[in-house]
Amino acid sequence: MVAYILRRVLIMAPTMVLISVIVFAVIQLPPGDYLDTLVAQMASQGDRVDDAQLAALRARYGLDQPLLVQYFRWISGIVLHGDFGQSFEWNKPIADLIMPRIGLTLAIASVVLFLTSIIAIPIGVYSAVRQYSIGDHLATLFGFIGLAVPNVLLTLGLLYITFITFGLEPGGLFSREYQNAPWSLGKVGDLVAHLWIPVVVLTLAGTAEVIRVMRATMLDELVKPYVETARAKGLSEVRLITRYPVRLALNPIVSKLGWMMPIILSSEAIVSVIVDIPTTGPLLLRALLAQDMYLAGAIILMLAFITVVGTLVSDVLLAVLDPRIRYA
Amino acid sequence: MSAPDTPVKLAAPTTAPAEPVRQRTTGDRVATAGQWTLVWWRFRRHKLAMTGLVVTLLIYLMAIFADFVAPVPPHETNARYTYAPPQGIHLFLRGEDGGLSFAPHVLGYKVELDPVALRRTFVIDETKIIPIGLFVKGAPHKVLGLFPTDRHLIGAITPGDPFFLIGADRLGRDVFSRTVHGARISMSLGLVGVTLSLVIGTLLGGISGYLGGMVDATVQRVIEVIRSIPTIPLWMGLAASVPLTWHPLAVYFAITIILSLVGWTTIARIVRGKFLSLRSEDFVTAAELDGASRMRIIRVHMLPAMTSYIIAATTLAIPIMILSETALSFIGLGLQPPLISWGVLLKEAQNIRSLATAPWLFAPGVAVVIAVLSLSFLGDGLRDAADPYQR
Repeated sequence: MVAYILRRVLIMAPTMVLISVIVFAVIQLPPGDYLDTLVAQMASQGDRVDDAQLAALRARYGLDQPLLVQYFRWISGIVLHGDFGQSFEWNKPIADLIMPRIGLTLAIASVVLFLTSIIAIPIGVYSAVRQYSIGDHLATLFGFIGLAVPNVLLTLGLLYITFITFGLEPGGLFSREYQNAPWSLGKVGDLVAHLWIPVVVLTLAGTAEVIRVMRATMLDELVKPYVETARAKGLSEVRLITRYPVRLALNPIVSKLGWMMPIILSSEAIVSVIVDIPTTGPLLLRALLAQDMYLAGAIILMLAFITVVGTLVSDVLLAVLDPRIRYA
Repeated sequence: MSAPDTPVKLAAPTTAPAEPVRQRTTGDRVATAGQWTLVWWRFRRHKLAMTGLVVTLLIYLMAIFADFVAPVPPHETNARYTYAPPQGIHLFLRGEDGGLSFAPHVLGYKVELDPVALRRTFVIDETKIIPIGLFVKGAPHKVLGLFPTDRHLIGAITPGDPFFLIGADRLGRDVFSRTVHGARISMSLGLVGVTLSLVIGTLLGGISGYLGGMVDATVQRVIEVIRSIPTIPLWMGLAASVPLTWHPLAVYFAITIILSLVGWTTIARIVRGKFLSLRSEDFVTAAELDGASRMRIIRVHMLPAMTSYIIAATTLAIPIMILSETALSFIGLGLQPPLISWGVLLKEAQNIRSLATAPWLFAPGVAVVIAVLSLSFLGDGLRDAADPYQR
């Protein structure tokens, strides 16, 4: 088991290196470098940057060095000191800016993953056991809606309904009265009232996919001889299904959940922009619009890192569940 | 399961020997039908997929003839009709003598000032009757960019009369006409993007599956890396580097390329998987023993065997492209006005207050849902029919 985890972690390293190269390329893509943008911005505010300060900044980021050196400076700062550089738009260390937001992004993603599993797995099992029943057809229909309605539209629709029926404009994390209040039941309720739209939208999109996989695997398992044997033994139907086929059909779901992480993080970026939840999504958009590329790059890098770790966790879980993988 | 849906009775005693085809049994018909006929027979039985095919074709026709289908040009503004609500079409008109006559029309607007909110509200004016018709004269345009005409599929008979089938936006532009025009970019972007993904995906997937070894490992690693970066943030990062000063058409292609940079991975995986499984098939071994060259085996024996799978995967990739473009344009990093795509149009609906006054701004979103659903059904049906020899 330990050997398996070690092997998986070792495979992770080159993946992360390649990802960091791609992210660095994204940072370098816009024309001009970081300082050009900075100078342009200060000039637009009527400030003049003196040459000594410019030279100091140029040296700090190694902008006069070849790209390869710049890359190594950037990545070693991140890996060795957790230093992502400085955001020029906010004039703050990038790490301080993104860490709280990454926490919130992760929290939302975890809630979504949890909700998806507890909703989709029972529905998938039901759909397979009662194939072609009304419930199964409803689940299929629901699945197609989840796949076809763009997150953007779903979010807008929910915002519209809340606005029309309650006259509320959900945006941000807390209402004004709870902004600086200590934690209380009321504050938690307020948080839920603000977060439900992104959570519902993201859960709905993922649920459809998981139901589909769960149903398909269950259908494959249900016709296998061991089910017949168990039935012949006189096991009750509920016990039979939960004991054997469900346990086997859970394996593909575990790896599916691992692969859902990038999808959730991806959609979360858009949904949070619309509902204005202070996660990484709106910060990324703002950074990109302001060409604050190191900040944008740091966010993309961290999101990819979370994904890679998520896949690792799901692989390890899979190995725990399924000895065939552990000893392969 | 591979029998066609028209049941041919086994050895039915037909008396007309002049029609030998009719006498064939089901087995004969299936045995002699070509691969594509079999695929078609199987596809035809999938009702949802057939519906998807028809709707998809209709949407593409609408996109091609957008100038003709749309009652007014998409950029035509009208300050008098900002956020004008949809007009219902009435088919019959009650004459002065009380009898009904067939005269399709819509009713005009009366503008009233809300004394409390000081907001202009539109009230349907029962007395203002605007006759509408099919193939009416309107703004001149060129069909397919070649044939000049001023006919439109539907519109007000007197040009210039207000005709807002599903309402107007904040500049008084017709939402219906704009949604019809949006189909052009949204639907073609899907096609162009998928073609690009197809070329890259088939090439890399094929090389990876056929050569195996180090090449395969490298390509697979690259795919894994690309797939572990959350796509929308990556697209946002790439799209943000497209300069605002570029020509709209250049932006369009840049966004398409950006979407394909991730899209090819799915197709590459499918092609590779097919190559791996086909490589051990008897007919490939036979061709190898026959002394056929590698390229010939790939071209003549392997590619035709997987074409139907590639078509199915490609069809399923189009809706993803459309959804991605919508998302990117919506947050302002994709296409920009004056280009009209469904995502650009949905951006008008970004403000919840304007959406509350004009819910018809959702229309482009509904168009996305219809397009994505029909393409998904079509793709699902194609995937099921892709291997007619199965079972």
